[in-house]
Amino acid sequence: MGILEVKNVGKRFGGLQALSEVNLSVAENTVHAIIGPNGAGKSTLLNCLVGKLIPDTGSVLFDGKSVLGRKPHEINQMGISRVFQTPEIFGDLTVLENVMIPCFARRDGAFRMHAFERVKAEAGILEQAEKMLSDLRMLEKAHLHAGTLSRGDKRRLEMAMCLVQEPKLLLLDEPTAGMARADTNNTIDLLKEIKATRPITMAIIEHDMHVVFSLADRITVLAQGTPLVEDVPENIKGNPKVREAYLGETQDAE
Amino acid sequence: MLGLERKDFVFLIVVLALTLAAPILLNPFPENSALAQFNAGYPDLMQRIAIFAIFAVGFNILFGLTGYLSFGHAAFLGAGSYAAMWMFKLLSMNILPAIVLSVLIGGLFSLLIGYVSLRRSGIYFSILTLAFAQMSFNLAYSVLTPLTNGETGLQLALTDPRVLDAANNSGSLPDTALFGLAMNSTTKVEMLGRVFQFNVGYYVCGLISVLMFYVALRIFRSPFGMMLRAVKSNQNRMNYTGLSPRPYTLAAFVISGMYAGLAGGLMASMDPLAGAERMQWTASGEVVLMTILGGAGTMLGPVLGAGFIKYFENIFSKINETVLHGWFSALPHAIQDPLVWLAARFTGEGWHLTLGVLFMLVVIFLPGGLVEGGQRIGGLFRRRKTDDPEHHPKRAPHVAE
Repeated sequence: MGILEVKNVGKRFGGLQALSEVNLSVAENTVHAIIGPNGAGKSTLLNCLVGKLIPDTGSVLFDGKSVLGRKPHEINQMGISRVFQTPEIFGDLTVLENVMIPCFARRDGAFRMHAFERVKAEAGILEQAEKMLSDLRMLEKAHLHAGTLSRGDKRRLEMAMCLVQEPKLLLLDEPTAGMARADTNNTIDLLKEIKATRPITMAIIEHDMHVVFSLADRITVLAQGTPLVEDVPENIKGNPKVREAYLGETQDAE
Repeated sequence: MLGLERKDFVFLIVVLALTLAAPILLNPFPENSALAQFNAGYPDLMQRIAIFAIFAVGFNILFGLTGYLSFGHAAFLGAGSYAAMWMFKLLSMNILPAIVLSVLIGGLFSLLIGYVSLRRSGIYFSILTLAFAQMSFNLAYSVLTPLTNGETGLQLALTDPRVLDAANNSGSLPDTALFGLAMNSTTKVEMLGRVFQFNVGYYVCGLISVLMFYVALRIFRSPFGMMLRAVKSNQNRMNYTGLSPRPYTLAAFVISGMYAGLAGGLMASMDPLAGAERMQWTASGEVVLMTILGGAGTMLGPVLGAGFIKYFENIFSKINETVLHGWFSALPHAIQDPLVWLAARFTGEGWHLTLGVLFMLVVIFLPGGLVEGGQRIGGLFRRRKTDDPEHHPKRAPHVAE
């Protein structure tokens, strides 16, 4: 049984059946990609996993526990961290502070009134954050305001913020959307590096097949709200059903 | 030291020294000189500056850190004043129980209003707090007359029980005091042609305000303070980082409400009466002005803003036409009269006009307030070293989205 088990999930918006009978299992320490053409229901599925939407039918089990009806911060505390399409960081804070905040969240929970402790006396947290930054080669930028970073660095910082929590599952929502080819390649390299250097389970929602072929251990193809096939990347490439789903986008599927 | 970095500790000591020396520093002009009316070293004004500094420093914990702009903080100030007055009437003229109760009432009241108002953010939050404050004002003004004495305001009376105090047979109203030390007792020292007034009430307010400044400094440097800045920066990221922004914001709201309650309690302790006008929206607006004028989100800003506005209110409003005629008396009448007329619009009762113009200038040219002004002047002297826009990013907007 996988760390994430999606069973028979369905979601309807008015007359539109966005998801129906979605079954998905993400095994521990694998990279699982969920791809599909526009409107396949990728974002809806993701929002059901993180607590932003509640599916009409079915269940989502994470680590044996249901995530349905829980708030985003509660789901994060269960061990799911999320990377956004456009990096979501604390722009007014320094890079180091950005990475310290998730450390505090892991140690102290959703709320703690630590009003009379000193940030600079938190040696453990500082060390943890600095280690993470040096792992991702961002330590020299630790004292810059995060809002002044380049787009690529913001993505890198967001990854650092998620990884420092040592999540049981890292969710990535189209991590390369809207990026130039060079930036896309950098991001893929970063993800490969992360996969190679630490035990991690990732679920990547992606439109662009290129991004995930070299990265994913398994790929689920979503079309019109329901999984079409699930297989290893080599078998996905040649699958005629997948070509059909991406019809008109065959170049993407190459 | 005291849980502060060395730099902050020195900063605190400087603030403490300035507070202690204020009766001297604010009296730079000799008695009977033409400039004597610009002296601010008299007890009433100094007490006000210290009290409003507490109010603004507390407000800045909410507004400066989380970006939530409350337009109703005067309600907590007023509630604190009423609470203190009831302690004076029922229990004792000692200001200690009065201050303790005013802080508690400020905290409770802000918990109630904050819990409801913080369901919204941005302009909706501001409007909710404004509505609550106006409701409180009207309650105090009419509905709750038995508790607040309506438009007359709550005052001391000879018939008050004051169960802890000895029987008062003097036939006059008792003074507020701290263990026998009357708030209105002043030692006057004549020196160098100046009269320095060392007032007990001022030193009580001043020392409490330094203490509250210290508390705020600790909050600013704590992980909690960092979370409050995170609230202002990106609540979405906070949620997906496993943090719940609501309790953090509510805690900041209640802390600032307690600061406001304390300020209200001290106001009543210095001058034992409390009226509903203390809760009016203009009073809420005043603390917003102070914080922005001084520099929201900075430590010293609200203190500067409070001092600046209270100084203007008291000094500029005293410059009437007679004084102006005195200043311009050297000029011929044909020039003197229009000049006096023009200047009178901006002084005396027209001091709000000067304040308004200054506020606009600060907001347009110094969005970071007086503190930014100070930093820019400081920057002129060491420009070559740190001319690096990358490390001095533009300030974030004040209000949370």
